[in-house]
Amino acid sequence: MNDRQLFESYQRGLKREKKIILVWQLTILISFFALWEAASRFYWIDPLLFSSPSRVFQLIISRFANGTIFTHIQITLFETIIGFIIGTIGGILIATMLWSSARFAKVMDPYLVVFNAMPKVALGPILIVALGPGYLSIIAMGFIISVIVTTLVVFSAFNEVDPNYEKVLRSFGATRWQCFREAIFPAAMPAMISTLKVNVGLSWVGVIVGEYLVSKQGLGYLIIYGFQVFDFTLVMASLVIIAILAAIMYKLVEKLEKWLIKNRNI
Amino acid sequence: MSFLTLDHVSHHYFSKNNYTKALNNISMSVKEGEFIALLGPSGCGKSTLLSIMAGIIRHTEGKVLLQGDEVGESELDIGYMLQQDYLFPWKTIIDNVLLGPKINRNITEELKERAIKLLREVGLNNVTLKYPNELSGGMRQRVALVRTLINDPKILLLDEPFSALDYQTKLNLEDLVSDLLKTYHKTAILVTHDIGEAIAMSDRIFMMNTNPGSIAKIYDVPLELRNEIPFLSRRHPKYQILFDKIWNELEAKESEKKAVKIPNE
Repeated sequence: MNDRQLFESYQRGLKREKKIILVWQLTILISFFALWEAASRFYWIDPLLFSSPSRVFQLIISRFANGTIFTHIQITLFETIIGFIIGTIGGILIATMLWSSARFAKVMDPYLVVFNAMPKVALGPILIVALGPGYLSIIAMGFIISVIVTTLVVFSAFNEVDPNYEKVLRSFGATRWQCFREAIFPAAMPAMISTLKVNVGLSWVGVIVGEYLVSKQGLGYLIIYGFQVFDFTLVMASLVIIAILAAIMYKLVEKLEKWLIKNRNI
Repeated sequence: MSFLTLDHVSHHYFSKNNYTKALNNISMSVKEGEFIALLGPSGCGKSTLLSIMAGIIRHTEGKVLLQGDEVGESELDIGYMLQQDYLFPWKTIIDNVLLGPKINRNITEELKERAIKLLREVGLNNVTLKYPNELSGGMRQRVALVRTLINDPKILLLDEPFSALDYQTKLNLEDLVSDLLKTYHKTAILVTHDIGEAIAMSDRIFMMNTNPGSIAKIYDVPLELRNEIPFLSRRHPKYQILFDKIWNELEAKESEKKAVKIPNE
């Protein structure tokens, strides 16, 4: 075999591996739904409680067809995205404040520890009392659940930047703020981007729990409503939609991550 | 007149339960255009001393004067080069080189041209828009040198800038730096633990003591060696003589230390 043929056979190997993985992935997906459907049809599980894929998809299609699902999707998506954005930006801002004053960071340390350890959803009722039973408290849930983790991760990333970069800048007479802008912030960029991915998941948790508690609309509301009226097909359908939307959002953030890393010198 | 003066400079490092005296009572005076080497084992405080001269660390006692003014007031008079290049990986080469002017908000077209000219002078063509990770170690250290020179500092502080490079690159860079400094008539202070490098490059060698760091001895490098480029000066007969002298001195110090230590053990 010559070089060219060796390379081609290597490429074929790669393609084959990719195919095998895809086949397995599809097998798992299809057998999961098939098993679910069968279990429901043959009464291995109670179809009233666990529904079945055919009924779930029927419901999703009819809801999409008559358009009643769109308001719910819109509202939940809006709350999640807003919660995600202000949670992330807020976390980065707080981390910047902590970095700018070592004394402030030390003062805040015990509060951050307590706040981080605390299950944030427990604050739900207080948020509702303070902000009213509406979007605001739901967005606040999405925010509060991601902001502290972001703060801690980004702050520690700021502190781990090689001090010699600062030394170089200081030798040019840079102020502390200039050091931050030229070295600390861009060097911590990968850490900040990785918090984006974590925060996508967290804001979904916050928003869905928030909707459980107060809302009259949204996917979380549909779940709790379906539960109350014993319509588990509706619960399952909402879950499927949430899974798909969350996955799409995650993929978009991944795209954003790649773009940011490529262009972080801007 | 003395260009850089250190007047009884001491420095302490404080921690919660203890303090260490890193530098003790150091005085020296450096003439304009002179090349000084600070030679000593690791931990003798030579890097601390350099950071003090750069105004990055504030010394606890004494005075450091650059042309009669306390250092730390106008940092641009001082160029500082570190062991590694510390180029910013997310900036292009030209942006890295123009970092000093950017910090001081005076980037001009003229400076950009000067940057490109300087890069060419150190043997780097067509790299301006590349990123540091596309360059080899020696090339990166040259970029770091240009980043220092672009500010036209009065004095260059070199903190073992060749120690992370392979031997051949190191010899080439020694020649280049020495040549550039002579061309632009710059004063320079080189920190190193390499005796050969100290002799090949400098005019005067300050040997340092450890614990606390202080100046043990000063050697004048013979004129024949000073006027040669580092590469040739390494082959000069007088080079070996001075090398042996310093070597023996350092060895004597080592055994002295051991002799003192034994009773404690």
